Amino acid sequence: MDKDKLAGLYQQWNQGSVEQALKKTPERANCAQTPAGIPNQRLYTPLSLDEAGFDYAKDLGFPGQFPYTRGRDPLGYRSNYWLFMQYAGCGDAEEANKRYRYLLSQGQAGISVAFDLPTQVGLDSDDPMADGEVGKIGVAVSSLQDLETVFEGIPLNQLRQISLVANAMSSIILAMFLALAEKQGVSVDECTLRIQNDVLKEFISRGAYIFPPEPSIRLTTDVVTYCAQNHPAWLPITLCGYHIREAGANAVQEVAYCLANGLAYMDEVARRGAPMERVLPQLSAFCAVNMNFFEEIAKFRALRRLWARLVRERYGVGPEVSLGLSLVNFTAGSSLTAQQPLNNIVRVAVECLAGVLGGCQSLFPCSMDEAFATPTEAAVKVALRTQQIIANETGIGDTVDPMGGSYYLESLTSEIEERALKMIEEIEALGGSVKAIDQGYFRRNIDEASYQWQKEVDTGARSIVGVNAYQEADEAPMEIFRPPAETQERQIARLQKLREERDNDRVQKALEQVKAVAATEENLIPALTEAARAYATMGEICGVLRSVFGEHNEGDI
Amino acid sequence: MPKRHRIMLAKAGLDGHDRGVRVVAMGLRDANFEVIYTGRRQTPEHIVNAAIQEDVDAIGLSILSGAHMTLFAKILELLKAKEAEDIVVFGGGIIPPDDAQELKQMGVKHIFGPGTAMDTIVGAINQTLEQREAK
Repeated sequence: MDKDKLAGLYQQWNQGSVEQALKKTPERANCAQTPAGIPNQRLYTPLSLDEAGFDYAKDLGFPGQFPYTRGRDPLGYRSNYWLFMQYAGCGDAEEANKRYRYLLSQGQAGISVAFDLPTQVGLDSDDPMADGEVGKIGVAVSSLQDLETVFEGIPLNQLRQISLVANAMSSIILAMFLALAEKQGVSVDECTLRIQNDVLKEFISRGAYIFPPEPSIRLTTDVVTYCAQNHPAWLPITLCGYHIREAGANAVQEVAYCLANGLAYMDEVARRGAPMERVLPQLSAFCAVNMNFFEEIAKFRALRRLWARLVRERYGVGPEVSLGLSLVNFTAGSSLTAQQPLNNIVRVAVECLAGVLGGCQSLFPCSMDEAFATPTEAAVKVALRTQQIIANETGIGDTVDPMGGSYYLESLTSEIEERALKMIEEIEALGGSVKAIDQGYFRRNIDEASYQWQKEVDTGARSIVGVNAYQEADEAPMEIFRPPAETQERQIARLQKLREERDNDRVQKALEQVKAVAATEENLIPALTEAARAYATMGEICGVLRSVFGEHNEGDI
Repeated sequence: MPKRHRIMLAKAGLDGHDRGVRVVAMGLRDANFEVIYTGRRQTPEHIVNAAIQEDVDAIGLSILSGAHMTLFAKILELLKAKEAEDIVVFGGGIIPPDDAQELKQMGVKHIFGPGTAMDTIVGAINQTLEQREAK
């Protein structure tokens, strides 16, 4: 249809039917914009896309091809579904092993290991700061011995993917994993290993940092370049937007800050002369899936397109190099309510839909009870079933990128990309992510966004069922997972026994070597792997690294 | 002119999730409280010493890591040992309802869980502090 004719008809509709309808019932105030502040037009038509300068070939293209808006894989889910994953891990290694074997028996494709906080910040289970924290939000891994037990009866090469959620201590966990594969007699290249390895987001949001930013990036890069060199099929870094979003950032900030960090990492990798054409195709982004359905779907597409456009220019790689970010989506923990927790099953289902329609490669749904604790077996099973139902019963995977071409969605996608790019330019103008961290850029913006959200909920401008709408007075308590009380004691006893029984000379030598290499620019992974083999503990290894690198302090609040 | 109350907000232990405590800090400041936020990874000893030194009326502890029973208990113990039990203790985070009950029996005045409105927090703290002053 002729554009002018369409514009005329649109105007007629707006001034005619719409005006009449508005006289009867005004529009809700809260439909005016998305949570990130993008205005919602009443209706989107081909005219909207036209105005935005939208061009199918340039802006959408085809799945698996630059700019990857329509997805990373040409076949979408018509071949394999996304990976059904659950983030799990708790207690000591034996308890975690039980939970993983349960999930695998229920149809989970791979394992994503949650480590407890002491492990995450490089402390042994018997460190004074670890008291009360051992095995609570993940599994306690103080040494290779623990990792061996975690994977007891789970051959590494029989899982579709093993994901180690390790950041500040990723280099040590990688080393332990390499040593584990040796012990299992499995060739490491028969497994697909993913390591989160995004320490910048720890400084910006999550808070599980150990060393200051510069040595932290050195370790991050050691992991990336070691894998690029020796295990090119592995996924040695995942750019995280999830935690930044959960800290209170909005959808646009999630994209911008995640990708700005990605550029910081890739700049360092490039500076070291690593083969960018090998590294870039192995990158993933880890994103939240929150409740605003279309904003989220648009966000994933904008993220892929923006990254591909940015890095093609920045690192000058040829068109044969895949720049399509692999998307790991996790439903938003912060969207779960403590009030009427069964409702969370619905929230998670909606978020899973959005995550899949955005084109993710793996999906992690929350469990309904996670506003209270890490999930029970029953709750986590429902979460897994949620994905299985969506895959098998809804048909949304039967064509690639079914949402492509939606006037609303494509407009939102472009808006998000444009706004995120502006923020990335702001961060670049400050000198990049590390400088921006130092200058409190992220802190300020995230504080503002999170406080804004809270005010909206408190005033009722934003409705949350069970919290400020449809509340119930007395609720029956639900059964919650309790980590066994003896976990900490048991773990500490094991650890102390290990320290007595291992070859302490070998440990000493290995730690000295780690210290020596840390002071140079040499890749630390080989030295760390020897330390892991010798059963040096997490705390011992990080202690040595702390003596060379120092510790990060949060600084001004 | 009502006295302006002083609150210390703290994150004890290793948990780094600070959205809640930062939002509560901003909300309390807007409600005319003086707020000192210690930042992450504080030991109970440091928190209590700082609270006494800063002469605060209340300590608010944020814990999402499951370590709440251990950490709240330590804080209460230390306040008792230093004869500073007039400092009110409250908190929030990811704390199962049963545990919240137990914490209250131990002497924690309020546990503000997910979904608590800012007004509720402000009101509850004001009420507790006024009651304490009335004694």
